[in-house]
Amino acid sequence: MPGNKTDAIDVRNAVKRYGDFTALKRISLTIRDNEFFTLLGPSGCGKTTLLRMIAGFEDVTEGEILLYGDEIESLPPHLRPVNTVFQNYALFPHMTILDNVAFGLEMRGKSKDTARKRAGEMLELVQLSQFAARKPSQLSGGQQQRVALARALAPQPKVLLLDEPLSALDLKLRKAMQLELKHLQRETGITFIFVTHDQEEALTMSDRIAVMSAGEMQQLGSPTEIYEQPRNMFVADFIGETNLLEVSVDQVMNGRAVCHLGGGHALTCNSVEGIGEGAKVHMSVRPERLFMSDVPVETESLKGRVAENIFVGTDISTLVDLAEGPQFIVRTSNSDRGNKRIFEPGSEIFVNMELGAGRLLMD
Amino acid sequence: MAHVNDNIKAYKGFRSITLLCLVVLYAPLVIVTIYSFNASQSITNWEGISLRWYADVFTGPESEKFKVAAFNSFTIAIIAATASTAIATLAATAMVRGGNFKLRTVSFGLISLPLMVPEIVTAVATLIFFNAIGFTRGYMTILVAHIAFCIPFAYLPISARMQGIEDSFEQAAMDLYATRRQAFTRILMPLMAPGIISGFLLAFIVSLDDFIITNFVKGAGVETLPTAIFGSVKQGIKPNIMAISTMLLSISIVMVTISYFVSKSDNTK
Repeated sequence: MPGNKTDAIDVRNAVKRYGDFTALKRISLTIRDNEFFTLLGPSGCGKTTLLRMIAGFEDVTEGEILLYGDEIESLPPHLRPVNTVFQNYALFPHMTILDNVAFGLEMRGKSKDTARKRAGEMLELVQLSQFAARKPSQLSGGQQQRVALARALAPQPKVLLLDEPLSALDLKLRKAMQLELKHLQRETGITFIFVTHDQEEALTMSDRIAVMSAGEMQQLGSPTEIYEQPRNMFVADFIGETNLLEVSVDQVMNGRAVCHLGGGHALTCNSVEGIGEGAKVHMSVRPERLFMSDVPVETESLKGRVAENIFVGTDISTLVDLAEGPQFIVRTSNSDRGNKRIFEPGSEIFVNMELGAGRLLMD
Repeated sequence: MAHVNDNIKAYKGFRSITLLCLVVLYAPLVIVTIYSFNASQSITNWEGISLRWYADVFTGPESEKFKVAAFNSFTIAIIAATASTAIATLAATAMVRGGNFKLRTVSFGLISLPLMVPEIVTAVATLIFFNAIGFTRGYMTILVAHIAFCIPFAYLPISARMQGIEDSFEQAAMDLYATRRQAFTRILMPLMAPGIISGFLLAFIVSLDDFIITNFVKGAGVETLPTAIFGSVKQGIKPNIMAISTMLLSISIVMVTISYFVSKSDNTK
């Protein structure tokens, strides 16, 4: 099947095996042109393996990888028009910053002068012009990170691969770099494929996210979809904080599913394709979509007792032991304190879900 | 609270043991160096400063013999160091960059074992080997033997340096459109240079001053400096031996100093 010229990367049934161990179990996904795409998952989920397969550092055991319609899986790394920002940056320690950035251009056959001129422009873009003559070891971690970016962007790759490039930076710098990366992606119009285990980072920067676990893709979607409509237990649990309830589905009608808890308490939520009547599944409810009251707001309100209030700056997390179910976390934003009440530990209260807050999950 | 002195100088006898060691190690060298400038025929009576024994090395009755021996020694040392450094660089590349191949531990043992085998055993074995394959002893047999026993000396600093170089550098180079060969010459070689130079200098010195193996595998009439010196000493120690030893010593010092500075110099700073 010929590839689509307008899709940046098309991974088709890609399998990666190391001896008996299967690192990637038949992954297929399409990354669009000019997209900030994130591969998200815990360590060992296969996200870096997939990235290295696109870069050409790992063989593809089975399947195909297409770059703007051309098969690239059998090409050596130097023949693939993609560049990588490495986790440890891998700046050439014996070369100046300028020569580092010019390296890719020179290898592509540009004259030394042209390469250096363009490298100079790239350093300007990442605001490091004044360090052009220094060696990498004379730069801070954040600066090295930007040099690595400039070096990878200088040859104008069709796709930029980023292998957890922010993980070595401290929190403040990381936040700043997240925005800078996002801006850089928009300015250059180059497709970015970003690998991270940090879900917050993924939600902040990405146009779309592929959540991976144990060599399989769990869900592919926009940050909002991934967060608000997690497909299964893994995604709901890995992305953000959530509350899980074991429910049985009684009835599915008009896009709504009526369920009940083990004790018989009824709950209603949006139905999900693939989960029918009689199914025993989990329901996920995000803590910020719950609120507490001293009297039941509706028949579905869950009875409970406040165990603890935890102050976390912008929010207060309240742990509630449900009468029928596990411990719940209810998050109340400090800006919402006028509308939503906080109760002292020991108070008997009711936990209420906002409309559409419950989400049924596949296992 | 009592101050616990963990300074090594606080131990009894530290100073005297240190001095004793230094004297045993360096007194002979110092004496040889001083007496090489002696004006006397005798090796024990001091009769004032003179360079006559240095002149004797170059113009005296034994000068021809020493010139030929020096030529042999230096050409052999240069060729043997070059060849063994090249082989050791390739070996280190395979050992450090070849992944975890099956015979890796065995290979490392095979490369470094010659360092632990008594030199006399290597010497006898090499001699028997040359006899067995019918090689006529002479310049070539010395050269081949030197290349072989210099490899582990060159290998150690090179592989040590290489282990400190992450393989992501080469990957980054290839990612930036460098071929495997360009990644090797543009990235890996410059980073390895200090190790390679140290390895070369070490091999050079080891080859230059080798006596036992050379003495076994050299043919009649072919001498290197150490064997020529030994030959002269057998007929009685003359002060010209001290002069020539002092010259060899200064060459060694220069080499070791270069090696030190090269290994200290860091082209990444």
